[in-house]
Amino acid sequence: MTAPRQNAQGRNARRESVRVGAGAGYAGDRWEPALELVEKGGIDYLVFECLAERTIAREALTRLHNPELGYNPGLVERMRAVLPECLRRGVRIVTNMGAANPLAAARRIRREAADLGINDVPCAVVLGDDVADTVRKHPELTLLETGDPLETILGRMEAANAYLGADAVAAALATGAPVVVTGRVADPSLFVGPMLYELGWDYDDYAALACGTVAGHLLECAGQVTGGYFADPGKKEVPDPHRLGFPFAEVTRGGAVVLGKPDGSGGRIDRMTCTEQLLYEMHDPAAYITPDCVLDVTDVDFVAEGKDRVRVTGARARERTASYKVSVGYRDGYIGEGQMSYGGPNAAARARLAGEIVTERLKLRGFAYAELRVDYIGMSSLHGAAERRHEPYEVRLRVAARTPDKRAAEAVGGEVETLYTNGPAGGAGDFKAVREILAVQSVLLPRALVTPSVAMEAAS
Amino acid sequence: MTLRVYDIAHGRAGDKGNTANISAIAYDAAGWETLRRHLTPERVMAAFAHLAGGPVRRYELARLHALNFVIENALGGGVTTTLSQDFHGKSLSSLLLAIELPDDKAPSAEG
Repeated sequence: MTAPRQNAQGRNARRESVRVGAGAGYAGDRWEPALELVEKGGIDYLVFECLAERTIAREALTRLHNPELGYNPGLVERMRAVLPECLRRGVRIVTNMGAANPLAAARRIRREAADLGINDVPCAVVLGDDVADTVRKHPELTLLETGDPLETILGRMEAANAYLGADAVAAALATGAPVVVTGRVADPSLFVGPMLYELGWDYDDYAALACGTVAGHLLECAGQVTGGYFADPGKKEVPDPHRLGFPFAEVTRGGAVVLGKPDGSGGRIDRMTCTEQLLYEMHDPAAYITPDCVLDVTDVDFVAEGKDRVRVTGARARERTASYKVSVGYRDGYIGEGQMSYGGPNAAARARLAGEIVTERLKLRGFAYAELRVDYIGMSSLHGAAERRHEPYEVRLRVAARTPDKRAAEAVGGEVETLYTNGPAGGAGDFKAVREILAVQSVLLPRALVTPSVAMEAAS
Repeated sequence: MTLRVYDIAHGRAGDKGNTANISAIAYDAAGWETLRRHLTPERVMAAFAHLAGGPVRRYELARLHALNFVIENALGGGVTTTLSQDFHGKSLSSLLLAIELPDDKAPSAEG
């Protein structure tokens, strides 16, 4: 599928500029700032980006148990919070909360709308990202992370989803539906979709795609560009972070981009916050690959335009690659974990002894682990090198191990727990957990093997 | 007096697979010159050697006074399999900011 082919002079432009807001930076994000964007942000589109790398694989497992589930569990709360106001104001919603089951998500949104007294909310659904059947026929594909053939994990594969592009989102918007639900779409592309559709950009106009993609990249983590994940007291202050405003981008047909946030909201958006977010999850700044283009941000600059408004300039892009990136989710054993705290005099030494005891006990019981890790929270759980750290007043032992054997994983937390009655003096605050690992690796799939499409859930 | 990256720059860490990327963004032009001269890939690799296999690549964004470091084999196998509490290596920005640099402006020990 290609987007509706439109001419470079924008003859098919529906408007001169479009304002796209970011309603969520991850699945569990705060929901009030999205409503604030709708009510006070003057936005035309509200985008909810809610899919982390492994979320789809987890939801694919949910779907196995119930074919009407497998979408993002926060869907109902989020949609109920914003849907009535969005419909009232004509703000269209684009979201990847469909996860492993976008059709079921659309049906659920329509049921919730009916429950709110809204009769018919047509939902356009982007399909085609689920390429599990396709990659099964290509065991020779190379896993980008390990270099092994896909074959080595095929037997444990639970999901394979291609990162679709903005053309698929634009095609869904062309149906006129007020809500577009997708599964896997590249995060920036969720934002570029409305720009393509509204501004009449040609899908091969890379100057335009550069502007849209840099805007989408800056918006995709919502609050992370408006002062979230930024504050450092005494060094980098953020006003009213408890009511951080979420960002929008105003983008013109000619590719001018201005970022902002609702007037009166908390947080800040300026050169510093934008620069941190520009480089977030970016490797080579000259080659940030999305399904739509290869973005080059080497010469990007941010210029303040009044309070809480920042103009973004200098983005360039090259031709998109010949393939889609596909995330492959597969079962990869278990992680078992246990924690116990020690405080006061000699706390670090008691925590160390506790760690040694647990390690010895696991050996004694004959369990083997692919990897076992002992951390001292307060000293070495984040940056390692316990021997170089000061000893704090409190130390929390944490033992974690990975293994294909669920019983061996359970033993880790179990042995930490037995420190209560068998270990060093004064241990407190036990915690234990076992989780199944849904690992993710990637393959590249030639574009010809992926077929995005649009389906409608609407009153027949 | 030692100069830390933290004194002249701010930054953020992100992850992709088993690769960390960390930015260091200078507060001003003088800080940018210091960063550019002294915050070399070698210095960063040395600070991360006990955590990461490397290699480290450094990219410059002169207009924004920013460096972007890409550190391979840094996240214990990646977000889904790592045993670290910090799945994404998000706290690694603070480790980079803690790196000590020679202070060009400080009087030399001999002086």
